[in-house]
Amino acid sequence: MLHLKLKIEKRLERFKCENFLISVVSLIISLVIMGIFIWINTGNFADVVETYKELFTWPFFPELGLVDTILKMIPLALIALGLLVVFKMKVWNIGAEGQLYLGAMATTWGALFLFKNMSNSISMITLLLIFGAIAGALWALIPAILKAFLKLDEIVTTLMLNYIAVYWLNYLIYGPWKDPKGFNFPLTAVFPKNSWLPELGDTGIHIGIIITFILVFVTYFIMYKTHLGFELKIIGDNPKAARYSGISIEKNLIIAMIFSGALAGLAGSIQVLGVQHRLQHGFSTGYGYTAIIVAWLARLNPFSAVIVAFLFGGLLVGGEQLQIVMRFPISMISALQGLILFSLLASEAIFKYRIKITKNDPIKIGGEFNGNT
Amino acid sequence: METLENILAAAIRSGTPLLFATLGEIITERSGILNLGLEGLMLIGAIFGFIAAYTLQNVYLAFILAMVAGALFSLIHAFVTISLRANQTVSGLALTMLGTGVSGMIGRNYIGQVAPKFSKIDLPLLSKIPLIGKVFFSHDVLVYVSYILVAVTSYFLFKTRLGMNLRAVGEEPAAADSAGINVFLTRYFATIIGGALTAAGGAYLSLAYTSMWIENMSAGRGWIAIALVIFSMWEPYKAMIGSYLFGGIMALQLRLQAEGKINISSNLLMMLPYLTTLIVMIVFSFNEKFRKRVGAPSALGIPYSREEKT
Repeated sequence: MLHLKLKIEKRLERFKCENFLISVVSLIISLVIMGIFIWINTGNFADVVETYKELFTWPFFPELGLVDTILKMIPLALIALGLLVVFKMKVWNIGAEGQLYLGAMATTWGALFLFKNMSNSISMITLLLIFGAIAGALWALIPAILKAFLKLDEIVTTLMLNYIAVYWLNYLIYGPWKDPKGFNFPLTAVFPKNSWLPELGDTGIHIGIIITFILVFVTYFIMYKTHLGFELKIIGDNPKAARYSGISIEKNLIIAMIFSGALAGLAGSIQVLGVQHRLQHGFSTGYGYTAIIVAWLARLNPFSAVIVAFLFGGLLVGGEQLQIVMRFPISMISALQGLILFSLLASEAIFKYRIKITKNDPIKIGGEFNGNT
Repeated sequence: METLENILAAAIRSGTPLLFATLGEIITERSGILNLGLEGLMLIGAIFGFIAAYTLQNVYLAFILAMVAGALFSLIHAFVTISLRANQTVSGLALTMLGTGVSGMIGRNYIGQVAPKFSKIDLPLLSKIPLIGKVFFSHDVLVYVSYILVAVTSYFLFKTRLGMNLRAVGEEPAAADSAGINVFLTRYFATIIGGALTAAGGAYLSLAYTSMWIENMSAGRGWIAIALVIFSMWEPYKAMIGSYLFGGIMALQLRLQAEGKINISSNLLMMLPYLTTLIVMIVFSFNEKFRKRVGAPSALGIPYSREEKT
């Protein structure tokens, strides 16, 4: 009697541009699954075609949603760049959303109260951006210190801090910071014009994109050209070896988290100064969470992160468009993001391992035995 | 006296979904699998429970179906992390995103609807005991189920052969394997049971705590449950204490909001459970036993394979 046995073994040879293939394959798989889901849900295959047509054209054409896509790419890329650095050392900062909120809040505080009368636009904007970055960094410093010195799990602490940040922001915009002329909507007054990020020509795209591109190179430099980046990689690969070779995990953890938080805070700052020009309810559509997938799909490479951020910016814009055109719920995007992450994990495994179906004798003597394949 | 009774009883009620989820995660983590998808699983349980109750008009059947949905949903996590040996943290996050998204999508048509809910049953005799009776024995049947479940889980984990195997797999999978325990099957089992119980916690929210579906109604309870597993040092009885403590904070916060006597913004009050989680974690970490993670399965989060020794 023979029975089939699924066996997974490590693939020794590597494909060319394997990382790229993994990302593409997982995107395709998740779109197919999502398509099936939509098909079942609406019972109409034409809807699936229509959905994907909308999702792939609207966000990427200049006359349609391209500007929006780029505007969404900026915070996603910035946050993802910060996350690359912490993920490299296998620290799970899930708190980018909260750090983004803190950055936006600090910037708002500066723009509406502290520096509202500043006449020099350049120094005001610089100051506000630094303000946002510092606030994000400080918010990330809390879980970093808790992990470094008290060994507290950063996933839970960063998530709790996210919830706290959301309610803090809500408190401000429903309470003390509410615009008296805002018809009771949860939003602050509009920032002084001096604090608005200048646009590039009349493209509708603010200079945040230049900051983003500069930071791509900065992140690349930190990760691949500095001793810090080298240490982060060793810690991620083998913390024990890192410890024995005298690398301080605590120090690196704190530096990496500050960097990550600062970038998320900066993203929040750029978002309010460049797009909304005020702080309002739901100013972030979960950028901090989406950026986690961006970082993973980019295989922790800064340059890929920008491209993936662009695609995901498109996904968010397409999702909003589908809400209007197809009346899809916004939660569809969250489901699709989960699917993409799962497909990514699965295709990674499929590329890394080979699945062998072997016919094994059910009676085995002494451990693994795979003679007759 | 009256109010104290009410607050404590409310603490039990709002602690029950946390208890279900925490017990589920304890079982899963004891086998060495970290499932960070609790938040998504709770939402899946809540929406499937609600839809079932709405269409079938039977809460008992709905509760069971919610658990089945949770079991099936956690199967994804099991397959990806156990069979494909993928990163458990990322898979858990993906599960939360997927659960949040899917529940939002299929729940859209049910917003504003009302389904039948579990009714309160005063236990004879027991509910007549002063104070204790009102607090512990004057609830819906699911609360009583959760009491029993704590005892059953504890007995199962520490007194049965299957439970010991499960813990062995979580501590030393290689040793368990050579002793003839099927590591993969055990981990699948633990993840699925954990998923079902977590979904039960979610279903409690839509079938007993309220009788409606609200998008994202778990509101971070899944993440608090993950923290509770750590507080409880992976022990069911301690999970009970932790869950009711946090249930108490949630109930208190709701009460303060409803009364409106204290002049604090509701947004600040809503921070309370998350802030408390953080503070309790910090306070606990000064305790030697907690810092050394007594009770934490040694192989937690590490994929197991026969060929590669990690």
